[in-house]
Amino acid sequence: MKEIKIKTKNLSLYYGAKMALNSISLDIPEKEVTAFIGPSGCGKSTFLRTLNRMNDLIPNVKITGEVLVDGLNIYDKQIDVVNLRKKVGMVFQKSNPFTKSIYENVAYGPKINGINNRKKLEEIVETSLKNAFIWEEVKDRLHDSAMGLSGGQQQRMCIARALAVEPEIILMDEPASALDPISTAKIEELIFELKKKYTIVIVTHNMQQAARVSDLTAFFYLGELIEFGKTRKIFTTPDKKHTEEYITGRFG
Amino acid sequence: MSRRKSITGGLFIGLTAFSAILIIAVIIILLVVIIIGGKDTFSWEFLTAFPEDGMMKGGIFPAIFGTVLLVLIMSIAAVPFGTITAIYLTEYAHEKSILAQTIRFAVRTLATVPSIIFGLFGLGFFIKYVGSGMDDLFLGGQLKWGQPNILWASLTMALLTLPVVIVSVEEAIRTVPREMREASLALGATKWETIKRIVIPGSRSGIMTGTILAVSRGAGEVAPILFTGAAYYLATLPTSLSDQFMNLGYHIYIMATQSANVDQTLPIQFATTMVLLLLTFMLNLTAVIIRSRLRRKAK
Amino acid sequence: MEEPIGINKFVFSRESLKKKFRLSEFLSEKIITGVAFLSITIIVLIFFFVFKESIPIFQSKKKEIAKVETVQKQEQYGTDSSVATNLSGQEQYGVTGTDSLMTENQILEEDTVVHGSDEATAKSLMGKQWLPVSDNPRYGLIPLFVGTLKITLIAMLFAAPIAILAALFSAAFAPHWLREIIKPAIELLAGFPSVVIGFFALMVMASFFQNLFGYDGRLNAFVGGVAMALAAIPIIYTITEDALTAVPRTYTEASLALGATRWQTALFVTLPAATPGIFAAILLGIGRVFGETMIALMATGNAAMIGINPFESVRTLAATIGAEMAEVVFGDTHYNVLFLIGSLLFIFTFSLNALAEFYVKGKLVKRFQGKQS
Ligand SMILES: Nc1ncnc2c1ncn2[C@@H]1O[C@H](COP(=O)(O)OP(=O)(O)O)[C@@H](O)[C@H]1O
Ligand SMILES: [Mg+2]
Repeated sequence: MKEIKIKTKNLSLYYGAKMALNSISLDIPEKEVTAFIGPSGCGKSTFLRTLNRMNDLIPNVKITGEVLVDGLNIYDKQIDVVNLRKKVGMVFQKSNPFTKSIYENVAYGPKINGINNRKKLEEIVETSLKNAFIWEEVKDRLHDSAMGLSGGQQQRMCIARALAVEPEIILMDEPASALDPISTAKIEELIFELKKKYTIVIVTHNMQQAARVSDLTAFFYLGELIEFGKTRKIFTTPDKKHTEEYITGRFG
Repeated sequence: MSRRKSITGGLFIGLTAFSAILIIAVIIILLVVIIIGGKDTFSWEFLTAFPEDGMMKGGIFPAIFGTVLLVLIMSIAAVPFGTITAIYLTEYAHEKSILAQTIRFAVRTLATVPSIIFGLFGLGFFIKYVGSGMDDLFLGGQLKWGQPNILWASLTMALLTLPVVIVSVEEAIRTVPREMREASLALGATKWETIKRIVIPGSRSGIMTGTILAVSRGAGEVAPILFTGAAYYLATLPTSLSDQFMNLGYHIYIMATQSANVDQTLPIQFATTMVLLLLTFMLNLTAVIIRSRLRRKAK
Repeated sequence: MEEPIGINKFVFSRESLKKKFRLSEFLSEKIITGVAFLSITIIVLIFFFVFKESIPIFQSKKKEIAKVETVQKQEQYGTDSSVATNLSGQEQYGVTGTDSLMTENQILEEDTVVHGSDEATAKSLMGKQWLPVSDNPRYGLIPLFVGTLKITLIAMLFAAPIAILAALFSAAFAPHWLREIIKPAIELLAGFPSVVIGFFALMVMASFFQNLFGYDGRLNAFVGGVAMALAAIPIIYTITEDALTAVPRTYTEASLALGATRWQTALFVTLPAATPGIFAAILLGIGRVFGETMIALMATGNAAMIGINPFESVRTLAATIGAEMAEVVFGDTHYNVLFLIGSLLFIFTFSLNALAEFYVKGKLVKRFQGKQS
C-alpha cells in the first residue's frame, strides 16, 4: 500500500439544517486513482468539494470533522485556502473554460502565480496541453477562443489548465459525463497516464468507468460511506449487500 | 359562453390594445413633430458653428461641446464608482446582510430622488461647502470654486446617474456563470484576482450599457445643472474645470421660455431639441440592443 | 509524461499553507466596501445639506439681536407692520397682504426687507400667497402644494389607466412579436429628456389643447399634467408589467382550467394578484410627477394660483425651485425657503419610495408564497 495522501476523519457536512455527509472516514493513497460511486444525490460531489474547500463558497454550509492532506488538517484556521487550491486542483462536471483564448485559459493559473515571462508561459502552456493529450489538436489555434472547442476538447483543456498550476492532487467531478464515448475513452486514457504523477480522485456515475480507471472505489449512499476498498474487490465480491445491489444495477 | 360576455371581452382586450397603441403613437408623433420642425435648420453648419446675433442665428456648437464635456467628466466619476458598488453588492455582500440591503435601498432611493434635489445638493454641498471651503483654504477666500462651474455640475450629474450604472453592471455581473468563478478559484486565484480577471471582463457589456444609459441620462437632464454650472450664453468654450458651460437641454429651456423673441428662434429651438432627442434616442437604442442581447445570453 | 516546469515549488507543509496576508486582497475588499458605502452616505448627505440650508428659517434667535434696531424703528410707525417681530401683528400677514402692501412699502426701511424676519417667514409658510420677490416677500407654500397636487392628479388620471392597460395588453394579450416592440419602445420613452417633453408640450400640445377646448391661457395645469403623464407612463408601465408577468402560471392555469377565458383570467385573476406591484408602480409614478421640474417649468404657466379649474395656470414646488434658485441671493430667506421646499420634496419622494419598497413588495412576496399577511 502506498502512502496516504488524503485522510478524512468523521467528516460531516450540513447544507443549513440538512445533513449531506454523515461522518465519513476514508484514506486516499498517493498516486492512485480513487473513484466515488453511488446514486445521484448521495453526496459524492459534496464530499469531493470538501477536499479543496470549494464548499466554503456556499453560504450556510457547516462542516465538522477533519480532512488531512499530507497530515495537515485543511480546515485548520491557519490554513491558506488559496494555496491549498493550488495544490488540490479540480476538474468540473460541466467543462467551464473561461471566455478567453485557449492559451489564456491554460496560462491563467501560472499568471496568477506571478509568472509573466512570455517564454516561460508558452513553455508551461505547451507542456500542460501535451500532458492533457490535446496539444496536437490545438497547437495551431492557441489564440482562438476556447469556446470554439468541442465538449471533449474543452474538458481536456480544462484538465490542462488544472495541470498548469502543478497540483499534487486532482479532483474530477464526473469529468466525462457529458461526453461522447470517444472523448470519454481519451479522458480515461489520460487519467491512466496522470496517476503516475498525481493523486486522482474521481466521481463517476458510470460503473464501468470506475472499474476501468480506478484502483480504489468508495460507494456512497444517502450521505454515508457504505463501502471502500480495492476496485477489483468492490466489483467482484463486495462485503455489503447494498453495494452489490447497486453494482449489479438493481437500484440507483 | 354568452354572446354579451364575448363582446365585453373583445372590448376589454381592445381597450388594452388601444392604450398600448396610444403610447406608441404619442412616441412616434413626438419624434416626427420634432424632426419635421427641426430638419430644415439642421445642418453640419448648425452643429459646428457658434451662435450669432444674440442667439438669433448660427449654430449650437458650444452647447454640444458643453454637453459632451459634462457627460465625460460625469462618466469618469460615476462609472468606476457605480461599477465598484455593483461588485460589492454581487461579490462581497451577503445577500441578506443589513449593510447590503441598506445599500440596495439607498441606490433605489437615489434613483427616485427628483433631479432638482440633486441640483440643490450640488449647490449646498459642492458649491457652498466644498467649493467655498477650497477657496477659503487655498485661495484665501478669493472666489473661484465656490460658484457654479462644470466640475460641480458634472459631479452633481454623476450622483444622479450612479444608480443607472449600478443597476446595469449588477445585472451583467449576475450573468457571469458561477462555474467560471469556481474554475478560477479552483486554480488558486484569490477572490480579487477572480473579480479582476474573470468577473469584470465578463461584464464588460453591462458596464458599457450602464455607461451609455448614464451618458444619455446626463445629456438630457437639465434640472440638476440649472444652478450648478450651466450658462445661457458664453462667448468662449470652457477651458478649465472652474468655467461655466453651455448645454443642449438648458439651451432649449431658456430659448423656449426666456429668449427675447421666441417665435423668431423657433426653428433653432426645434433643431436643438431634435439634436438632443436624437442623441439620447440613439444612445438608449444602443443600450436597449446590447441589453437584450445580454438577457438572451443569460437564459 | 513531460516534466513540469516547477512553478509550484512548495509541498504540503505547515509553512507553505500557512495563512498569508495578501495586501491587494485586503485593500480591494476594504476599498470596494467603502465605495459601496458611499451610496448610503450620499443619501444621508443629500438629506443633510438640503435640509441644512433650510434651517435658518426656523432659527430666528440669532438674527433677532441684529434686528433690535430695526424693530425699534418700526415701532415708531405702529404695529400694523407685519414684518416686525411683534407676534400679534403677524397673524394678518399674508392674508391681508395686498391691502397692507402699500402702507408697508411706504413705512419699511430697506434693511428690514433685506433681513426679513425669519420667525415671520416661518409663519407665512402656511399662507396662501407666494410672492417671494415683492418688497414685502411672502412665502406661502399652499398655492405651490395645491399646484403640485393638482398636476399630479391630472397626470395620474391619464398615466395610470393607460399604462396599466398597456401593461396588461403586453403581459396577457399581445403576441410575442408585438410585445417585443412595445416594451423597448416604452423603455425608449423613459429615456426622452424631460426638457424635450416640456418643449413638445409648450410648442405643440399647448396649442393643440387650446384649439380643442378653447380656453384662454395656453399654458395650464392640464397641459402640464398631460405632458407629465408622458414621463410617468414608462415607470408605471414597466413596474406593472413586471408585476403581471411575475404572477405564477399556476394562478392563470387554474383559472383557465375552470373554463374562464383569457380576458376574464387577465382581469379577474392576474390583475388582482398583481395589485401590490401595481400600487407600487403608481406610487413611483406619483413620485416622478411630484418632483418633475422641467416639464412643470415649461408647460404649466407657473402662476401660483389656488383653484380647482384644471385649465388654470399652476406653479409646482419643483418648478419654483428651478425658476427661482438661480436668481436668489445666497443665504437670503428666499434661498432658505427654496431649500425647505427641496427638503419637503425629498421627504415626500423618499416616503413614497420607502412605502412602495417595504409595504408593497413585502405584500407581493407574501401573496405569492401563499402566506397570510
Ligand atoms: N448548494 C447546496 N445547497 C443545498 N443542498 C445541496 C447543495 N448542493 C447539494 N445539495 C444536496 O446535497 C445532497 C448531495 O448532493 P451532491 O453532493 O451534489 O450529490 P451527488 O454528486 O452524489 O449527485 C443532495 O441531496 C443535494 O440536493
Ligand atoms: Mg454530483
